Amino acid sequence: MARYDRAITVFSPDGHLFQVEYALEAVRKGNAAVGVRGTDTIVLAVEKKSTPKLQDSRSVRKIVNLDNHIALACAGLKADARVLINRARIECQSHKLTVEDPVTVEYITRYIAGLQQKYTQSGGVRPFGLSTLIIGFDPHTAVPSLYQTDPSGTFSAWKANATGRNSNSIREFLEKNYKETSGQETVKLAMRALLEVVESGGKNLEVAVMTKDQGLRQLEEAEIDAIVAEIEAEKAAAEAAKKGPPKET
Amino acid sequence: MMKIDFSGLDASVPLCGNTDELCNEISTEQKFELPTAADFDGFQREAVQMVKPAKGTTTLAFIFKEGVMVAADSRASMGGYISSQTVKKIIEINPYMLGTMAGGAADCQFWHRNLGVKCRLHELANKRRISVTGASKLLANILYSYRGMGLSVGTMIAGWDETGPGLYYVDSEGGRLKGTRFSVGSGSPYAYGVLDSGYRFDMSVEEGAELARRAIYHATFRDGASGGVASVYHVGPNGWKKLSGDDVGELHYLYYPVEPASVEQEMTEVSGS
Repeated sequence: MARYDRAITVFSPDGHLFQVEYALEAVRKGNAAVGVRGTDTIVLAVEKKSTPKLQDSRSVRKIVNLDNHIALACAGLKADARVLINRARIECQSHKLTVEDPVTVEYITRYIAGLQQKYTQSGGVRPFGLSTLIIGFDPHTAVPSLYQTDPSGTFSAWKANATGRNSNSIREFLEKNYKETSGQETVKLAMRALLEVVESGGKNLEVAVMTKDQGLRQLEEAEIDAIVAEIEAEKAAAEAAKKGPPKET
Repeated sequence: MMKIDFSGLDASVPLCGNTDELCNEISTEQKFELPTAADFDGFQREAVQMVKPAKGTTTLAFIFKEGVMVAADSRASMGGYISSQTVKKIIEINPYMLGTMAGGAADCQFWHRNLGVKCRLHELANKRRISVTGASKLLANILYSYRGMGLSVGTMIAGWDETGPGLYYVDSEGGRLKGTRFSVGSGSPYAYGVLDSGYRFDMSVEEGAELARRAIYHATFRDGASGGVASVYHVGPNGWKKLSGDDVGELHYLYYPVEPASVEQEMTEVSGS
């Protein structure tokens, strides 16, 4: 098997592209990212590993804008992400120039996935080591969308999804607890999902909310702390209710 | 004594291994013939001017309450010779978009069909129809890339998309204008006169069609390069529909029927010898 993982253009005898699978491993080691789609709000929440004291945290934004109405979060190699994001941003503007219309979420996702696929079928290059979560509202129909791409170049739409570290447990939580939400409820659902695997606290989460009218809004640390407190309180109340009323003697 | 090896600079050695046609072109001396002209710099400009035929036609389109009205004549002329009276100058790009032809007939037909292909590919890739804005932009970009090479296209792209009725003027200079009333061709001044004075936004489909028909008729009356049949199309929310195609000669007698002249002097048979 070791002979088939050098040049990624080569299939292994049992049909694997090993470089692509190793790229997926790199993604699994990246920080956890969650995306949840509501009826009028879409939320991205990303785990923020503890920042060194001297680092300016503003330069390490994990949730970025591709255009006014589209945002992206990713898990995996951040340097690869930078390259992909730059190409996607150029494509968003180029599309606006040629057809005088902003891109739809599906179009830009297809473009990014196409780019990732190209690098799995070229000589001398390696695949991008990241999976992305792309959210946005389509320009005319105002339909909210959440898409995910991965290093192999496949993409699909989701109601809610997670990628990166412990994504399986987060996805399980989402499958159990997902329901159609809107506004603040969507934010809480996304954060509750991420808090399953991340230490609670404003400094460990980066949360961004996208609405049709206001575009992307990054939540402040204080806001995140407040919502976390709400979530903890709700959890405690639910626990208490489960235990039942105290026994009367 | 060692000699410098100049073999790499030897031009006769082919660059690639197998000597196919491409290699011969690369390895032999590059040269091309200069045109024999007195004014070397100006002659190219003259050539373009000669190739660029005057747009002998009348086409018009306007947006109104009920959608877009598109009309054109059907005469093709080569200088003073009328080569055809039955040219289709309104080209059906797809069921909800029309293009008009002015300038070189071949250029217009080919690039409109090419635009139709691009629009269909856009639909297939993006699962929704392309907007009139987008379609006109695709055509304008193509024509701009051929700027100065002698294409002659003066077209209007009319259609109905999600944002409502759309009308754009696109030409082979690379220009693209959005507007509500356009007329293109040698007969356009005459058509504009009738169109602008009779235009109201809240016309009905019949009134709009009649205005378009009359404008084309008047242009064909005064302009020698326009004539034949006045075709009128309407683009509505469900796509385009051809409303009429009337011979302009017949339209003349419809608008200006011949009055029976009052007889001043009548010739009678001379009861003769």
